[in-house]
Amino acid sequence: MNVLVILVPCSLLLGLGALAAFVWTLRHGQYDDLAGDAERALAEDSEK
Amino acid sequence: MTAACPACIDTGDAVEKPDATSSLPTHELVLPTIHCMACIKSVEGILTDQPGIMSARVNLSRKRVAIFASQGEDPTAWIEALTKSGFEAYEARQSLDSASDAKLLLRLGVAGFAMMNVMLLSVAVWSGAGGTTRELFHWIAAAIALPTALFCAEPFFRHAASALRAGRLNMDVPISLAIILASVMSLYETFTGGEHAYFDAALSLTFFLLAGRYLETRMRQSARSAAADLAALEPGRVTCLVDGERVSRPVDEVKVNDVLALAAGARVPVDGYLKEGQAQVDRSALTGESEPVSLAAGGELISGDVLLTGPHEVIATRAAQHSTLRKMIELAERAEGARTRYTGLADKAAKIYAPLVHGLALAGFLGWYFWSGDLHHAAMVAISTLIITCPCALGLAVPAVATVATGRMYRKAILVKSETALERLAEVDTVVFDKTGTLTRASLSVPKDLPRAEKAVLKTLAAASDHPLSASLVHALGNEPSVELDQIKEQPGRGLEASWQGMPVAFGSGRWLGSDAATCLRVGSRIYALAHKEDIAPGAIETVAALQKQGFEVHMLTGDKRAHADHCAAQLHLGNVHSELQPADKLEIVQGLEAKGQRVLMVGDGLNDTLALSAAHASAAPGNALEASQNAADVVFLNGDLTRLLDALRISKRSVRRILENFGLAGTYNAISIPLALAGFATPLLAALAMSTSSILVTLNALRVR
Repeated sequence: MNVLVILVPCSLLLGLGALAAFVWTLRHGQYDDLAGDAERALAEDSEK
Repeated sequence: MTAACPACIDTGDAVEKPDATSSLPTHELVLPTIHCMACIKSVEGILTDQPGIMSARVNLSRKRVAIFASQGEDPTAWIEALTKSGFEAYEARQSLDSASDAKLLLRLGVAGFAMMNVMLLSVAVWSGAGGTTRELFHWIAAAIALPTALFCAEPFFRHAASALRAGRLNMDVPISLAIILASVMSLYETFTGGEHAYFDAALSLTFFLLAGRYLETRMRQSARSAAADLAALEPGRVTCLVDGERVSRPVDEVKVNDVLALAAGARVPVDGYLKEGQAQVDRSALTGESEPVSLAAGGELISGDVLLTGPHEVIATRAAQHSTLRKMIELAERAEGARTRYTGLADKAAKIYAPLVHGLALAGFLGWYFWSGDLHHAAMVAISTLIITCPCALGLAVPAVATVATGRMYRKAILVKSETALERLAEVDTVVFDKTGTLTRASLSVPKDLPRAEKAVLKTLAAASDHPLSASLVHALGNEPSVELDQIKEQPGRGLEASWQGMPVAFGSGRWLGSDAATCLRVGSRIYALAHKEDIAPGAIETVAALQKQGFEVHMLTGDKRAHADHCAAQLHLGNVHSELQPADKLEIVQGLEAKGQRVLMVGDGLNDTLALSAAHASAAPGNALEASQNAADVVFLNGDLTRLLDALRISKRSVRRILENFGLAGTYNAISIPLALAGFATPLLAALAMSTSSILVTLNALRVR
């Protein structure tokens, strides 16, 4: 069971990483205009 | 003729200047007609080319554009530039804040990630981890779950506290109790090295309920933003003449004796009188009559009138707060009382659910305590009963269905404005229509003696005009060919003139062309009068027939003359006709039907229908209706097609059935899990299974709304 000492922190860190990524997308307003972003993807000059 | 979306044909090259600031926009405009990528690019391109604008960003979901400019800049010029390119634009009254939305989403995300991690730890415990490993896992789960529950479930705690302070029970009370008890009990078990910790149940409960809450706010926000967009249609600004200079100011700041400059086609914002000249106005909003009214200098203008001629100078006689339009809106708000008192299905369910669950838990506690005398076991049974009785399925039952249903309706161009509208629509058994503007459309008739070639000229001219009456002419002359016309010029408020094979031709108001008729066509020196008439609106006959076939009682109300009304009713095969009515009479008829126990759906578009719209059990207005009527209505069908009404009724009936099914599903789960919990067989594994499966089933069932 000693392997848990490595595995548990690992899985927790991965979870935290995903959470941080989610918070980052939220902070940058990526959920503000879902319909608009879907259309903007079709624009010719690529922007974010 | 302008296309619905000019950008779809011609994509303007858009240049976006770099974001000067990421703070709040200084201005917001409502753009009801944008719908594609090209629209976004054009609008942003046009706006960034305007002087004074640093950057502009379109939000397609909300049909708004956020503009970053210096504070206090006058947006009139920008709106004009957009209108010139064919985009309807209005200044937004209040900006919609997305902060609360984002906060809820953040809570949902945090709860989701925490739930996943705790679930993983729990799987190890369920599959047989024992001794120190189990204790370690419980401690880690506690470290994740407690802060998460405190942060994520905060909205439930807040609502529950305010309900308890008011001495009421709502859905949030059992929810908060379950979350708090699950956490506290699990913490106690962790301390004492016990076997069962309910951390995963506390978190999955929080997660599923937050999902329901998020769906609910999303829906409420789209309903509110639709309502806010409609409110923006009321002229927010008006051009005043102060010492000969044109000043744009908000309508609310107009004072008595101010001189307003109004263009043709503008809606009169405040009551006033015509300063000079002669004018024709469309008073259909107030009276329901489509015939234009002619006014001489000094003639009284009522707020809500639309100027057919112009530009005119109008002297205000009342401030906006006291205008006829506002008075009507206030009356309508007062008539709305009964509707706001309507209790939705969710509240009804909570009223039964909350006392029942609390009672059962208490009974379980007392029963076990007196039977076994074991205080710890009795408390465990009571708490696991509270945790396991899936309030999450109940919390999802209504919002999931309502979100899916409003989405379906939106795709059919039906806007649902109020939260309980779906449930009220489903209860309707009587449909009352207003005649003018709803069942009928004003149109122009083509003179019988008009020669073939002239018909073609008329069609071409009508096609070039934006006036709503012209569209009916183009439709009526559908089979005629078009002709080449040179130098088509629009005279604002008068009509169009052009040259046809070297001969001057014109189409527009009779007075301009020197005739007594309201609308005329002039070819060379000959003048043809075009009579105003009333047509049955597209889809009206089918809608009325279908409604009657489905067993609805259908009525028609109108302020029009008896003979007109009867003629129209005969075409629609409609028996219940009430004619020559004042707005108050319409209200009385609707209230009379309601008093007889009938559930009335009122469909109307005019200001004279507003009272009846607000008094009816449910109400609908076409998208071309006046702002006040759209505000009073629960449902707005945007393209004015009456057959949408059938869709709205059908979808609302289906969704109420789904909501009831969802309650049934949640009830079945509770019927199975409550006896298990009371018997003391509840385990964290059972709680997790019951919660997740019932929530997922309820959501899947909601998706079946078509």
